[in-house]
Amino acid sequence: MIGQRKVAKGKRGGVLCFGCLCLLATSLTAAEPQVREAELKRVEVIEKVAPTVVAVFAKGGAGGGSGVLISKEGFALTNFHVVTGLGPFMKCGLNDGVLYDAVLVGIDPTGDVALVKLLGRDDFPVATLGDSDKLEIGDWTYVMGNPFLLATDFQPTVTYGIVSGTHRYQPPAGTWLEYTDCIQVDTSINPGNSGGPLFSSAGELVGINGRGSFEKRGRVNSGAGYAISINQIKFFHDQLKAGRVVDHATLGATVTTEADGAVVVNGILETSDVYRRGLRSGDELVSFAGRPVRSVNQFKNILGIYPKDWMLPIVFRHEGERREIHARLRGLHAKTELMPGPRPQPKPRQPMPKKDKDGKPEKTPDLPQAPPSDPHAEAKKTAIPEQWKNWFVAKPGFANYRFNQLEQDRVFVSLKGLGDFASATGSWRLSGQSMAGDKFELTLAAKGVGLEIRDGAFFQQLEDTDPADEPQGTGGFLIAAHQLRLLLQAGAKGFTECHYFGSEPLDGRGELADVIVTTLGAIETRWFFSRASGLLLGLDSRLLEDAEPCQIRFDGWNDFSGRRLPATWRVTSADKEFATLKVEKAEVAGKK
Amino acid sequence: MQNAECKVQSVEQSEGQIPLAVLFQAPTASRSARSRSVMQLAICTLHFALCTVLFPFSAHAQSTRDTISALQPKVVKIFGAGGIKSLAAHGTGFFVSKEGHIATIWSHVLDADLVTVVLSDGRRFTARVLGAEPQLALAVLKLNGAEGVEFPYFNPDEAISAGTGTRVLGFSNMFNVAAGDEPVSVVHGVIAAKTVIEARRGVFDSPYSGPVFVVDGVTNNSGAAGGVLTTRDGLLLGMIGLELRNAKSNTWMNYAIPVNELASPIQQIISGKFERKKDPHEDEPSLKPRRYKPLDFGFLLVPDVVERTPAFIDSIQGDSAAAKVGLRSDDLVLFVNDELIQSCRALHEAIGRLESGDQLRLVVRRGNELVNVEMPVPKKKE
Repeated sequence: MIGQRKVAKGKRGGVLCFGCLCLLATSLTAAEPQVREAELKRVEVIEKVAPTVVAVFAKGGAGGGSGVLISKEGFALTNFHVVTGLGPFMKCGLNDGVLYDAVLVGIDPTGDVALVKLLGRDDFPVATLGDSDKLEIGDWTYVMGNPFLLATDFQPTVTYGIVSGTHRYQPPAGTWLEYTDCIQVDTSINPGNSGGPLFSSAGELVGINGRGSFEKRGRVNSGAGYAISINQIKFFHDQLKAGRVVDHATLGATVTTEADGAVVVNGILETSDVYRRGLRSGDELVSFAGRPVRSVNQFKNILGIYPKDWMLPIVFRHEGERREIHARLRGLHAKTELMPGPRPQPKPRQPMPKKDKDGKPEKTPDLPQAPPSDPHAEAKKTAIPEQWKNWFVAKPGFANYRFNQLEQDRVFVSLKGLGDFASATGSWRLSGQSMAGDKFELTLAAKGVGLEIRDGAFFQQLEDTDPADEPQGTGGFLIAAHQLRLLLQAGAKGFTECHYFGSEPLDGRGELADVIVTTLGAIETRWFFSRASGLLLGLDSRLLEDAEPCQIRFDGWNDFSGRRLPATWRVTSADKEFATLKVEKAEVAGKK
Repeated sequence: MQNAECKVQSVEQSEGQIPLAVLFQAPTASRSARSRSVMQLAICTLHFALCTVLFPFSAHAQSTRDTISALQPKVVKIFGAGGIKSLAAHGTGFFVSKEGHIATIWSHVLDADLVTVVLSDGRRFTARVLGAEPQLALAVLKLNGAEGVEFPYFNPDEAISAGTGTRVLGFSNMFNVAAGDEPVSVVHGVIAAKTVIEARRGVFDSPYSGPVFVVDGVTNNSGAAGGVLTTRDGLLLGMIGLELRNAKSNTWMNYAIPVNELASPIQQIISGKFERKKDPHEDEPSLKPRRYKPLDFGFLLVPDVVERTPAFIDSIQGDSAAAKVGLRSDDLVLFVNDELIQSCRALHEAIGRLESGDQLRLVVRRGNELVNVEMPVPKKKE
């Protein structure tokens, strides 16, 4: 029987192979038109997006990853853990076969995102950004990149699969890299795919691939890959483009799930903005940033996608009463923790991989790339290409300060159009009426600031005196007004430190505004500029860290003999309005 | 085999003009054919080519979305024993009755008095094992405190069989990614083969022998066992099996046990009429006689729950040899007569090999110190 079968097998095999070929031929014709159509659509999408896919290489070709172009000037997204250790300059290949020089722009160590800029062209192909919140489980996706660094000609490798889960949380791996609200796919993600794009079936960029669950199968695809959602990256984009080392937000309070499922505050920092806005231990979180809070994990998931220092809406229940606040969020890390340079030893968040009996690690770290270390570690060794030298400026706290300078220049252009304030070194006298009908006069001079309103007179000396909360309860309106004088007069030079922060929704609810942050001694001021008109929309100025700021919002700018100044000033602090000042007359004196 | 040959003949006769009907029947044939011959591979290929014809994916994304959202509430996450070394403390199961019966894989996760079951919307229940058929790697759980609640479920009697090339979806809580109040992970694939696997022992135990669907996607990961395999349009096919590794090639197998095989024991367990088939190996005398056990010396070990449970002493009987030499509970046995002991099982074996008149020398770790004790092996009454 066995012998017979063997003989028969050979014969069958041959015949079947022939049959198989015929069938393939017939099935291809039989498969039309839907199959053919779907196939053509895939080919079309891949052809459209492949030129935007970047192969990132370490110097000397030792390791690398992937990326994707998002602007024709050459800005490209990748993973923080891909650029780690590459220094400020690297090589990036595109599918046109050209290897471009590229410079590091900004990094997000917590979110595992980095922005680089390819150099030498201003007409790079660009991927269209999609809306990752619209992805649903079962949707088809493409992963493109350079797994195992296969593509020596930089033609990206394409894999195709489905969304396995949305809004997933992947806890910190090793150090910071926490993936919150991320996209889980069964599309193959392998070492080298890190930093590359996840495209929707329509070819829109919906995520940046960066992690996989590997465990005991070795560091190859095991059916669970994770991409950082493009919607999260959109929040950080302007900060990354500004050459910054960005941080994620934390509430300033810890929460726990009660037996009835309510998410309740069980500890709160009294210096936090949420505390000053009225959140207390025992309060129940209802919603955060417009999304309902259902569990601690899910809350962490929502929180993790937002940048430090953003103001966001929070709804909570205090002693049964529903309250809605807009609070500014603190940073997840101490400033020094994220600085390039020798890194503080992070607390071990997960045990070291144990060895099995073959001596192989039982669990490999689940990053398809080397674990993060100092992004500038090898910077000194890398020779900076002569022609691109001016694209990198080192400064503590920044990945590449050059890009912050560019953004500051862009935002400050609007100030130049306001008139010649540089020569206005004398007193400035602004007078008019408040909305409440009170006459006021605000005097801004080099040595002091004074305000007369209603029956009161307030004065802040600027030399040899500590800045005070004057008038009381305004968060230091006089000091804030003085900051405006400094900005108009000298721009960035009027302050000890000045940088472009990125963008944030104005007051946590309005349009996205460009934000400049200045410091002068202990005084920190956030300046909000309209992205549409370039005009200054207002400022938040605080006398001390964690102090309640004085918030001034402007409405309209009027011309006062050749110089433009804000027409209406709404002054608030701690959600209480001090006054809305309508400037009717302004005298700005030049040199005495 | 007869059946399969018949198919082949019809293919031969058709000389390339393969009647589709023959190929449609082939899946049932391939099961009896087993994974032996070139013939089957060829049939796989044929089916792979055909699957596009059988399951055209026009407007597929939309229907897959709908299928998935309809099925996810039927799949649950199970949390129980484990969490040591590479043994996950999580698994997957699926509802098989509206009253809250859950079918899952028989595994170490169930080695707990109560397991926790989390639904796709985050609702949590405790559950107990109602019955199990270890030979089929099947266990059926019942949710506690779920009286009056109706659950969406898969009817095991409606499970279908499908052939090579069928497009499938796998639902499971692999890697415990869906740790929160969220639905389990979904992966896609194609049935690459239908074959028969054999039971095995070792690091990756698999008690199941029988037919399986082999899938080309990565369905079987840690914690995935007990999940479901369905067709792309949501028909129940199989229960995802335990992780299996081929020791020779170091490759992993992705497979599911046809629910057809499990439907009747599931119904019997639910109705309380289940009688376990006798394990053919159960009455075989153990190859290694165990003449002595720890109790002969007056101590008991902690329950042997995992593959390599460390050999901790759980309790000491008063007035026993163990008590006299000063052994204490929580001592960890490291050596028995100079033999390194890595697990409870190893300790049982080492003690089992002792003979009357031997000395039993133990090295135990107590806190930070090593303690040596020695006691005579008692005479065994015959």
